[in-house]
Amino acid sequence: MSVQTVSDVKATGPNEHGYRRFSLGELTFARDEYFVYIKWPTGRHVMSADGFLRALQRDVAWEFFYGIVNFDGVIGTVNHYGTVDLFAGRYNDAYRKAELDHLENFPTPLIKATFKAILEDWTNSTFDPFASPHETGTAFGPKAGDNRAAVTRRRVAAKRMVGVPEDEALRSDANGFPINRHFVDVPQDEPEVVVEPGFEGQVSAFNLFAYLSRSNVTWNPSVVSVCKDSLYCPTTEEYILPIIHGNDRVEWFVQLSDEIYWDVEDRDTGAVRAKVVMKPGDVAAMPADIRHQGYSPKRAMLLVWENASPDLPALIASGKAPTNPVNF
Amino acid sequence: MTKYVTRFGSLASYEKGGVEIIDDDPKRYAFSNIFEVASRSKPYAKVAVGKNMQYVLEVIRAEGTSEWRAAAHDEFALVMDGEVEIRLLKLADPSGVRPNHEGSIRLSGEPAGRKMGRVRARRGHMTLLPAGAAYQFHADRPGVVLLQTIAGQDTQYRWSEICQTM
Repeated sequence: MSVQTVSDVKATGPNEHGYRRFSLGELTFARDEYFVYIKWPTGRHVMSADGFLRALQRDVAWEFFYGIVNFDGVIGTVNHYGTVDLFAGRYNDAYRKAELDHLENFPTPLIKATFKAILEDWTNSTFDPFASPHETGTAFGPKAGDNRAAVTRRRVAAKRMVGVPEDEALRSDANGFPINRHFVDVPQDEPEVVVEPGFEGQVSAFNLFAYLSRSNVTWNPSVVSVCKDSLYCPTTEEYILPIIHGNDRVEWFVQLSDEIYWDVEDRDTGAVRAKVVMKPGDVAAMPADIRHQGYSPKRAMLLVWENASPDLPALIASGKAPTNPVNF
Repeated sequence: MTKYVTRFGSLASYEKGGVEIIDDDPKRYAFSNIFEVASRSKPYAKVAVGKNMQYVLEVIRAEGTSEWRAAAHDEFALVMDGEVEIRLLKLADPSGVRPNHEGSIRLSGEPAGRKMGRVRARRGHMTLLPAGAAYQFHADRPGVVLLQTIAGQDTQYRWSEICQTM
């Protein structure tokens, strides 16, 4: 099996706006000061550059996530955990009926290298795709520097629990995580932990809400605790989820603070299924056959709960596991 | 300058959202509220509010002193309301917790062993309940714990009571 490397990324030199043009299979990607232009053999599509970069950032950082990452109603990726489909119109009923949709499958290293190269080339020094719109500068204009530190952030992934020895560190002013402007009223007290002699390092607790109040990114689930394949992936949400997530497994949400509105659509056609309003303490499942996008008027704490079992997509696709979370 | 107020829920004050159906069955979203479930639960009943194959999220109303429990795998207790003391014990005889058993088991009486320590946790505090260690909760006033664990023999399923059905 050949190993795909960054050298496989196909790109031109800079255009008149300073941005390189990329190609991956039969798809091409170009941008100017405001827009991104995607072409494939049977069609073309235009997206706003800021929205495209926010979606691309998450797809890259999440290693293509669980299931489908729709950049919008036309463009997106499907993770097959080793390979990735890049599609245009495949999960859009009108494109399918018109037979204008397109899908190509790539080894994960190749599409990841290409997406990373686009992200790094098209993100200007003023723009942070992970930040809320109020906390970043513009994505627009001719090419102006880069923001490599922002687009290559390391994703937090605790092996056991944040704060236990040799695992992910707590956040503080000292290590570069000030309290977010929307969370200045969140108590920062830590739990009182008393450890008996001989059990040092075995008794651990931390303030999850304070930890989340210091997150400098939005819509970026990160693992804080691990019970076998059960992962707590809390995240702080502000403005709009930049992707429409199509589930390949059941996913659960626990609203820890504030309020989020969700649009839920059929995963394959985009037909509207439901609206979900979540307030503090609410719990809701996202079935394995839908796609969803959230709207958060104030920065909110959301606990995303995932079952990371690699067997789940095949079990659900074969009908051996249900698309519904529970039956009653 | 805008003053932002972060809203959390509690047993004393919570407001539910909900599912507005366009073309679906609300049961598929298993929509519930942690504080509502806890407000209707007996102390230390383990009520599932989330389930993904063998894994569950349990809501526990912390009030008074719980039984001692232990699991062969890590569990995580997140306090959502109130103040809860979590006591940890290294079992003198761990043979009752079989290595591959999933979910926690109830231990009879006061198990023998060495005290590992204790945690006094308030809202937002997450505590590791280490694999193989016994643990006990205590709360002077009613509180709420959300437990990340695996379904066990004492997990209660009350979906039709706790979830939105219409």
